[in-house]
Amino acid sequence: MALAPPITDIEQLKSHPALGRLVEWNSSVVQEVRFDREELTIWVAKEAIREVCAILRDFADCPFNYLSDLTCVDWYPSEPRFEVVYHLLSISKKERVRLKARLDGSSPAIESVTSVWPAANFFEREVFDLFGVRFTGHPNLKRMLMPDDWEGHPLRKDYPVEGYR
Amino acid sequence: MAEFPTTIIETVGEPDQDSTMILNMGPQHPSTHGVLRLVLEIDGETVLRVKPEIGYLHTGIEKTCEAKFYQQVVPLTDRIDYLCPMTNNLTYCLAVEKLLGLEIPPKAQWMRVLMNELTRINSHLVWLGTHAMDLGAMTVFLYCFREREDVLRFFEMVSGQRMMTSYFRIGGLALEPPIGFFEKVKKFADRFPGNVDEYENLLTGNPIFMMRTKGVAYLSPEDAIAMGACGPTLRGSGVDIDLRRDAPYTGYENFKFKVPVRTEGDVFARYLCRVAELRESIGIVQQALAGMPEGPIKADSPKVVLPDREKMKTQMEALIYHFKIITEGFTVPAGEVYQAVESPRGEMGYYVVSDGTAKPYRVHMRGPSFANLQVLAKMCEGGLIADVIAAIGSIDVVVGDIDR
Repeated sequence: MALAPPITDIEQLKSHPALGRLVEWNSSVVQEVRFDREELTIWVAKEAIREVCAILRDFADCPFNYLSDLTCVDWYPSEPRFEVVYHLLSISKKERVRLKARLDGSSPAIESVTSVWPAANFFEREVFDLFGVRFTGHPNLKRMLMPDDWEGHPLRKDYPVEGYR
Repeated sequence: MAEFPTTIIETVGEPDQDSTMILNMGPQHPSTHGVLRLVLEIDGETVLRVKPEIGYLHTGIEKTCEAKFYQQVVPLTDRIDYLCPMTNNLTYCLAVEKLLGLEIPPKAQWMRVLMNELTRINSHLVWLGTHAMDLGAMTVFLYCFREREDVLRFFEMVSGQRMMTSYFRIGGLALEPPIGFFEKVKKFADRFPGNVDEYENLLTGNPIFMMRTKGVAYLSPEDAIAMGACGPTLRGSGVDIDLRRDAPYTGYENFKFKVPVRTEGDVFARYLCRVAELRESIGIVQQALAGMPEGPIKADSPKVVLPDREKMKTQMEALIYHFKIITEGFTVPAGEVYQAVESPRGEMGYYVVSDGTAKPYRVHMRGPSFANLQVLAKMCEGGLIADVIAAIGSIDVVVGDIDR
């Protein structure tokens, strides 16, 4: 089974319900798309992330009503450094889509989606704890896995695997 | 759907009135199934708010993965959700195989289904035993651990380990199942439905058990979806989803099984879902045994899959590949994959990012217990302290899976 080359053309991928809906709503929020290994990734403008999530959740034809996962990837030292990754699932249509928002390394912050899915609460706290990305509007943005007085954010790429000694 | 007010996920602070008090439950508490700590705000016996405090078992597995070769990550995945090690192995292997574009031979796929369902039985038996013991039924615990012992013996037969199996490898299986393995599993599978009847005789109609579980810790389907509940917790609230059926992986499309769904949304509904799943799982085991194909157990991809020992002794190339995989690992084409699998606790997802080198750039585990723990606060509010114990048991958390 050879890997098919990824598709990055928006026009070709419009048949996917999530992308179709976003382009129809406001095509300027879609920065980039990529269909690779049977999975669709949409890069969206970080200012619009909460609205995009709400639009996809309430999309009548294919409601992406379930937040499967929320995490982050650190692309240090390149800029924009962080990518916050959202995996959405439509329970009724069995469709998945991955949303991504790029953040700068200097003071990474993005709007919280806890008002769209309360499920984001723990996931965003975990990303804040391990990557130092701030989620504005989160009701309780505190460290979760690491102790409260811990210094640094362990999953950042410039944090050594053995920790600071 | 309306916007959710953020107050429903607001957590416990200082007691605001003289009438309430803060009660610390855990991290060393027998009913929290590990080092889970709950801070309860209570008014008499009534729970007003619950705040889970986690992180006591945080081992930084995600960070460790980034420093290992792809094949070295497999043993780490066992340690995440230690009650279903094979499901963790499977999810990770499927994710990397998807990144590589590897095709897995049928026998390996069927063995994966077989072992995965035995793992589900193992995990549900631990859940049933401890959940019943929390609610005062000691005998069920002994019965469940009797059958669990059989399942662990099967794990030992195939992998040499009872719990940290690492039996699934990227590209297939570690070893051929030993002679006599299928006969033993067949014997167990024939007997097991009778064992489930025994558990049900003790619990399902039991008035004490019913009083402790019926109508307790209610979760509405809307809340369950919005708060990210998964697995039997979600199906107990009437949401019909099972990834084995809805997004089949590793050959689940060849098997016939029902997905138990209950609409009551209480502890008893989640109990019934899991017990019904035990019966469905043993049905899948029977089908897997009956239709087990013959053939290789590893993919034909010498750069990724370790060669057989015998070949290494006679063939130069096999020895070279072995040396290269062990010392340098194998490179994986750049890209990213999110692989979700229906674990005993719900949607277990592995998000693996590759940058084209021999080490994963990022591995993120979406733990089903992590997601399910969020709904605990919602379930317990307004209930009694004793019901918190029933609620924890009903969402079946494994702390290794929460903290990673």
